Amino acid sequence: MTPSTLAFGIMIAGYAAGGVLGLAAPTGRAARSITAAGGIAGSLGGLALALTVLVTGAPFDLALPGWLAAAGGILVRLDALGAFFLAVVALVGLPASLYGWAYTASHDGRGGLGFFGLMFNLFLLSMSIVASAGNVFTFVAAWEAMSVASYFLVMTDADHEETRRAGLWYIAMTHFGLVMLLPMFFAMAPGPDQTSFADLRTGAAALSAGGRNAVFLLALAAFGSKAGVVPLHVWLPRAHPAAPSHVSALMSGVMIKLGIYGLLRVALDLLGGGPVWWGGLLLALGSLSALLGVLYALMEHDLKRLLAYHSVENVGIIFIGLGAGFTLLSYGLRALAVFGFVAALYHTLNHACFKGLLFLGAGNVVHQTHTRNMEQMGGLIKRMPQTALLFLVGAAAIAALPPLNGFASEWMIFQALLAGASIPRPEVAVGVPVAVGMLALASGLAAACFVKAFGISFLALPRSEDAARAQEAPWPMRASMWMLAGACVALGLGASVVVPALPQILRGIDDLGADIGGAPPPGLLVHGAAGIGQMSPLLIAGALAAAMLIAVFVVRLVRRESPRAADTWGCGRIQQTARMEYTASAFAEPLRRVFAALYRPTADITVTAHPESRFFVRSVTYQSEVEPWFEKALYDPVLRAVRSTSRSIRRLQAGSVHLYLLYVTMALLVALLSVWWVR
Amino acid sequence: MIEFIALLVQTSVAVALAPGVVGFIRWLKARLQGRRGAAPWQPYFELRKLFGKEVVVSRTASWIFHAAPFIVFGTSVVVASLVPMAVVTVVADRSGDLFVAVYLLLFGTFFLALAGLDTGSPFGGMGASREMTVVALTEPTVALAIVALALGAGSTNLGDIVIRGVLEPARVPGPSYLLAFAALFIVTLAETGRLPVDNPSTHLELTMIHEAMVLEYSGPYLALVEWGHAVKLLVFFSLLANLFVPWGIALSLTPLALLGGLAAFVVKLAVLSVAVAVIETRVAKLRLFRVPELLSASFILALLAVMTSFLVR
Amino acid sequence: MALFGKIWRTGLATEILRTVDPAAVEIGREIDRQVKTLLGRALAIREVDAGSCNGCEIEISGLASPVYDMERFGLHFVASPRHADLLLVTGPVTRNMEIPLRKTYEATPDPKLVVAVGDCAKNCGVFAGSYAVVGPVEAVVPVDVFVAGCPPEPADILAGILRALDRFGGPRPGTAATRQVPAQVVR
Repeated sequence: MTPSTLAFGIMIAGYAAGGVLGLAAPTGRAARSITAAGGIAGSLGGLALALTVLVTGAPFDLALPGWLAAAGGILVRLDALGAFFLAVVALVGLPASLYGWAYTASHDGRGGLGFFGLMFNLFLLSMSIVASAGNVFTFVAAWEAMSVASYFLVMTDADHEETRRAGLWYIAMTHFGLVMLLPMFFAMAPGPDQTSFADLRTGAAALSAGGRNAVFLLALAAFGSKAGVVPLHVWLPRAHPAAPSHVSALMSGVMIKLGIYGLLRVALDLLGGGPVWWGGLLLALGSLSALLGVLYALMEHDLKRLLAYHSVENVGIIFIGLGAGFTLLSYGLRALAVFGFVAALYHTLNHACFKGLLFLGAGNVVHQTHTRNMEQMGGLIKRMPQTALLFLVGAAAIAALPPLNGFASEWMIFQALLAGASIPRPEVAVGVPVAVGMLALASGLAAACFVKAFGISFLALPRSEDAARAQEAPWPMRASMWMLAGACVALGLGASVVVPALPQILRGIDDLGADIGGAPPPGLLVHGAAGIGQMSPLLIAGALAAAMLIAVFVVRLVRRESPRAADTWGCGRIQQTARMEYTASAFAEPLRRVFAALYRPTADITVTAHPESRFFVRSVTYQSEVEPWFEKALYDPVLRAVRSTSRSIRRLQAGSVHLYLLYVTMALLVALLSVWWVR
Repeated sequence: MIEFIALLVQTSVAVALAPGVVGFIRWLKARLQGRRGAAPWQPYFELRKLFGKEVVVSRTASWIFHAAPFIVFGTSVVVASLVPMAVVTVVADRSGDLFVAVYLLLFGTFFLALAGLDTGSPFGGMGASREMTVVALTEPTVALAIVALALGAGSTNLGDIVIRGVLEPARVPGPSYLLAFAALFIVTLAETGRLPVDNPSTHLELTMIHEAMVLEYSGPYLALVEWGHAVKLLVFFSLLANLFVPWGIALSLTPLALLGGLAAFVVKLAVLSVAVAVIETRVAKLRLFRVPELLSASFILALLAVMTSFLVR
Repeated sequence: MALFGKIWRTGLATEILRTVDPAAVEIGREIDRQVKTLLGRALAIREVDAGSCNGCEIEISGLASPVYDMERFGLHFVASPRHADLLLVTGPVTRNMEIPLRKTYEATPDPKLVVAVGDCAKNCGVFAGSYAVVGPVEAVVPVDVFVAGCPPEPADILAGILRALDRFGGPRPGTAATRQVPAQVVR
């Protein structure tokens, strides 16, 4: 029994035990513990398996052709690319499972924890299988299991109307993806029984140019909707806030990355790259998602929906990296293309870490303050100091502040885009600076958004009773955050060690493998593509620490006494209350004005006056809404068309049994006639 | 090793010189306003006085309030070490390029904005909100403007861009350089809180952008924030001077080259200070909601700079 | 461009500092030598209007003008008392402004000085005995220098502030423009 087989076994066994045994647990507490233990065991197994494959470079194969042979049997083939994504699943799955153990404690008496545990472990298991699938049946079965499991997890709080609607959007969009997925796979299959990925590779090579384009577009629709790229992202801001926080962390951090995995697998591995417009389309969609995601995140004051929109933004950034890679590949600039893909993969890993961290932190906050609305929070940094510090690390990472991991991967994506200067056609190359500009704008706006998110939620005075009474979260919820924060810092400072090793992931892909040498020895510098630039996160961190320490030393030398505490300066007003602080809407207001053409905000002011005189105002209510108008423009017509079509078809269901019998007879006649016709 | 010492000396000189630049601009503005004004070295007296004052901290504030001045000062100093001023050093070049510089400045502003929100004062919140709006619109312009030059130089390291400018002087008056200079100049005015974006000597809180965030700071904390702000001004002036008019900078570590580089640097700073003082005297402050229009214009200029840089190669 | 032509023609309008009424400045408390050394070269002033009629404020606003130019002595106005070293208080302290004045004083970091400007600040002036007035500034915060007058001349106010720092009225080596300013307005 090889170590990989053992690891695989532990992974399957862990998830299966956690899921199934939880159903039989006598108390809610036992169910929670079994779920968490199963999730942790499975994640450890998955991580071990992924690391074994990545380090040794030998793929892991497991074939069970006897199972459901008619559909193609179960084939597991974990190569370096799949192992990377399996590592991402395990890396976030472990803290999420630990977190869930304490987080779901509020459900203890209510029942349903066994079912929750089953779905949770099924979710993790199916995501692991998606990354390791080797043929169409395994992939699609795991994909569907992942969607269904996550649907049930999202619907945990089904008492709320909003959750039910979110679930409906989610299940509809995910099955739209499935409908795109199946023809895409079957178009590539050379024959009816040849559905392993190796077969698909040969089948794809035999496709015409039009066929390959069609496959690419189907893949983009299916995997893009799972990844959450504009305009197929509409389910993300609805479903992610509705789910429990550790599930949101998994969905945002891991599940959408499997969309990226699918796209890479199909477009890069199976199809082997394509014409220039593939990369251009990815670049365009990526830039659009990055910008729109962050712009809508700025206007949100629901903490989790803000984080969900940031996932849209970061998926856009990953798509920009992919677009750069594909464009460079179509011009034969393979070494540069590898850099582009590596940048996208690195950002995938980093985003999983810091988005997971942020969602878990948001979960801590929501758990204590019983609200997702930032305008009801405040002052939490003093009541929940560890959560605040860890959330700050996540916020700094997502705002791409050096020397954390978010900056390292954004730097690499910038470098990949600048490598596009080598593209021989200037009219194509000119799209690159536009992408650079949009990426820079998106990251500047992201920083502004996280000043708002952290500042309003954690700083100053509490804005509600619950916020004033908040306590620090229980240790499992904090420990899981520490793990992810540590990963963020390590991946950032250790970029010079991690980045040179990343191209090994793409070794298995035929076209690119030749351009990837062995892993170079780790040094201090991270190099850009084609030597365009270099930087060293470690040296920067060192210099920053040194400068700050010198300043601290000088100040200590000069001032021996500790600071005097006084009231906040408020122009001499008598007392400071939470009503005098800045609100989230006020903070984002200048940016709302700047981008008013996009937001088209509505403002509603209601003035209630004293009944006897309209000059004595009792209350003024101000309500402003920002609705994603393009959602209205794109989705409403489609939904209206579907509704009107189904209404007209409903006329066939007149309700009379005789009519239905007539339908059955006619269908039978048509079937018999067609058989006779074919013969 | 010698290079590392040269880098340390250059950074220390820059940090020491920064308040002098601020004082010089203030002196020029006073003379243009028809009054004597304080001496150009007045900011040094102010810093010395601030280090002797007590620190008063709001009861609402948390550790972020205490940490922000050090972070602002630290990031400004590290960026000053990355930017070529009197001499180009390899050590700095290898550690950080233009993106590192831009994002480090963002780091400082991020924490200063958080400190503004930390005290729960509406002035702080207002300053933080306005500052982040301005910064969100200027950071991409800075990145793009320098990228336009980086494309020509084939490297994003600031030293390489400067060296390329010295070695190929014909390229400098070209369209991409001019557009990038215009964009970067507007951004300098915005990021350092100068007219027409922000009045550095205003006392009206509703007109403040940067000042409003630091209203709660006192004593050494205020000194560090002001000093960091001055270093940031020096950094932007150095970028404007050395990226676009790079001749005179020392490319080797011989004493003659270093002296020449220092002299050239001081001359360029003086010219830029005069330009900023004259512009500040001539224009009136823009209404806050007109500022994004100005910043979008600079963003478009930078975008055009990059596109022309791509097309004219 | 016409602006710069006008700037050139006008030249420097700053005059030497000459007090109109030297008796207007009265020292309230003895100020520590260390404080004078610390604040001597760079002083940040926060003006507090504790209920004045704004006559003193108009005179104080003249301090920043080219004629009196307080910046040449290293003085400048600041918006926040946390940045301030000296509080320039005007007005008889009205009931409503008593607490804000005290809070402003507490918000200012040590070492700090207080200069009370105007007759109202010294002894409530024409408002003495009013039901809306608490008392002179000294009743609320400790005062270091009084500048009498209703309103006092800007030159006297400036002299009062500089007296607090020992920079006016008496030779001191290396002081600023009180001795070095030429007798004529510079063209």
